[in-house]
Amino acid sequence: MSDWIEACAADDIDEEDVIRFDHEGRTFAIYRSPDDEFFATDGLCTHEHIHLADGLVMDDIIECPKHNGRFSYKTGQAKGAPVCVNLKTYPIRVEAGKVLIQLGQ
Amino acid sequence: MTVTSGMVIIGAGECGARAAFALRENGYEGLVTLIGAEKHLPYERPPLSKDIMVCEDHPVARTIAAQEYFDEKAIQFIAETTVTHIDRRAKQLAFADGQSLPYEKLLLATGAIPRTLPLAAESRHCAYLRSFDDALTIRARFRPGARIVIVGGGFIGLELAASARKRGAEVTVLETQARVLMRGVPEEIAETIAARHRQEGVQLRCGIGISAIRDSGASATIGLANGETIHADLVIIGIGAVPVTALAEAAGLETGNGIFVNEYLQTSDPDIFAAGDCCIFPLALYGGRRVRLEAWRNAQEQGTLAARNMLGFAEPHLSVPWFWSDQYELGLQVAGLPDEGTLTIRRDLGDGAFILFHLAADGRLVAASGIGPGNAVARDIRLAEMLIARSACPAATQLAAPDVKLKSLLAA
Ligand SMILES: Cc1cc2nc3c(=O)[nH]c(=O)nc-3n(C[C@H](O)[C@H](O)[C@H](O)COP(=O)(O)OP(=O)(O)OC[C@H]3O[C@@H](n4cnc5c(N)ncnc54)[C@H](O)[C@@H]3O)c2cc1C
Ligand code: FES
Repeated sequence: MSDWIEACAADDIDEEDVIRFDHEGRTFAIYRSPDDEFFATDGLCTHEHIHLADGLVMDDIIECPKHNGRFSYKTGQAKGAPVCVNLKTYPIRVEAGKVLIQLGQ
Repeated sequence: MTVTSGMVIIGAGECGARAAFALRENGYEGLVTLIGAEKHLPYERPPLSKDIMVCEDHPVARTIAAQEYFDEKAIQFIAETTVTHIDRRAKQLAFADGQSLPYEKLLLATGAIPRTLPLAAESRHCAYLRSFDDALTIRARFRPGARIVIVGGGFIGLELAASARKRGAEVTVLETQARVLMRGVPEEIAETIAARHRQEGVQLRCGIGISAIRDSGASATIGLANGETIHADLVIIGIGAVPVTALAEAAGLETGNGIFVNEYLQTSDPDIFAAGDCCIFPLALYGGRRVRLEAWRNAQEQGTLAARNMLGFAEPHLSVPWFWSDQYELGLQVAGLPDEGTLTIRRDLGDGAFILFHLAADGRLVAASGIGPGNAVARDIRLAEMLIARSACPAATQLAAPDVKLKSLLAA
């Protein structure tokens, strides 16, 4: 069991948007959906290692900025060429305006 | 006796491989055969001028899928086999060894090959880049201090120039036109890229013709039209690509600068489709203007669409053209065809990144081209692409203002 880590303030992310969060040499992407829920995934695309936080969020999809590979940021599922490997997702919760993420080992 | 025929795809590049998978994704259960002239499993070409040239370890081709995946999807992949004849009447293909293969529907995804320079024909020190094997040959000669001359200031030439510099080679680029990237990229962006190359020590010489290439031992001597000579350990010819149409032409299909297809990617024979770099197609976005693209995403999209239309979906190709290029830390992306525009609006994004929006005379946004470090322009180019797809007419003042979010224009 690992601890919850404070990633950012809820207000740091616009609705239907994403930001990058780096922690102890790892990089993550934190999303706020159009219906105001928060999600977290690994920060790098599984095709080439590109930061997904530079990409575009549309509904429940994050689109990679490099070659438009698409993932569901809610489930991590790869949604077709050129990406075929899913993204890892992480538990997330909001408490008193702060976004907390549980990173695991 | 009945011979079962099925879907056959000629050309196992990006487009052919995507089409094979798309046939299965769309529920097709018959035979799928993918035939390719190269010995490798289908692989991605864009890294050939980029990562493959500079990576530290022994380079490996980035395959589109592993053999097991082809097996799992029951796609018969036949490597190292060139199709030499299409018998349209009998609906079957002939191979060099006399074998034949019947087809129900056929997809031509034969791609393009580098345009050759007749002056280079006699030289052993000239190379072209299209395949993984070409890339290995070139890579082996990118050594510190090696003199590399690149003929042609197009994307492949410039990406190779950047890669060669990273490997410590001395690089000269010779371009006959007045500037680099004459096709497809506006001057302001080409100038940004040219300046970056000069800063890295690349000799960029535009408006210069070549009169001869002669070998002298381990190097080549290039004679320039102005009488000057330069020496090179390796000359790379990057003067564009030509579509592979001979097979289609011999079968009596309509061809020109590419295999002619309609908006459903169907050739003049309704049982034969063509897609990717080899085809010339009408672009609905610009009133049916015929274009041939040499772009990776187009190869994927058209491969997928051709597969659906082989199965009878009858869907037109509607996508907005899009491509990228990477040189040093700079990322370029272009959505739409900038030459459709008459008015250009610039938006600065900070860090030297900027986007040019190209508007037609009637106010429609027809293209957007952007450049900046890393993926700085990606998000806005993607949003611009969506505006282009809708034939939106955003106000010039809003496009120019970095604080106006493009996403808000999309909602309008
Ligand atoms: C070095 C390089 C860098 C690139 N970088 C970028 C980039 O950064 N961005 C971008 O958008 N695009 C880029 N591209 C373009 C992109 O790779 C192409 O658009 C894409 O590969 C086209 O796919 P295709 O399947 O249509 O053709 P191809 O990839 O050319 O595949 C066609 C295949 O068909 C085979 N074939 C042909 N005739 C026969 C026959 N008769 N029988 C059997 N097989 C046959 C060929 O051997 C080949 O393997 C790059 C291309 C190259 C070469
Ligand atoms: S790096 Fe993300 S799609 Fe290629």
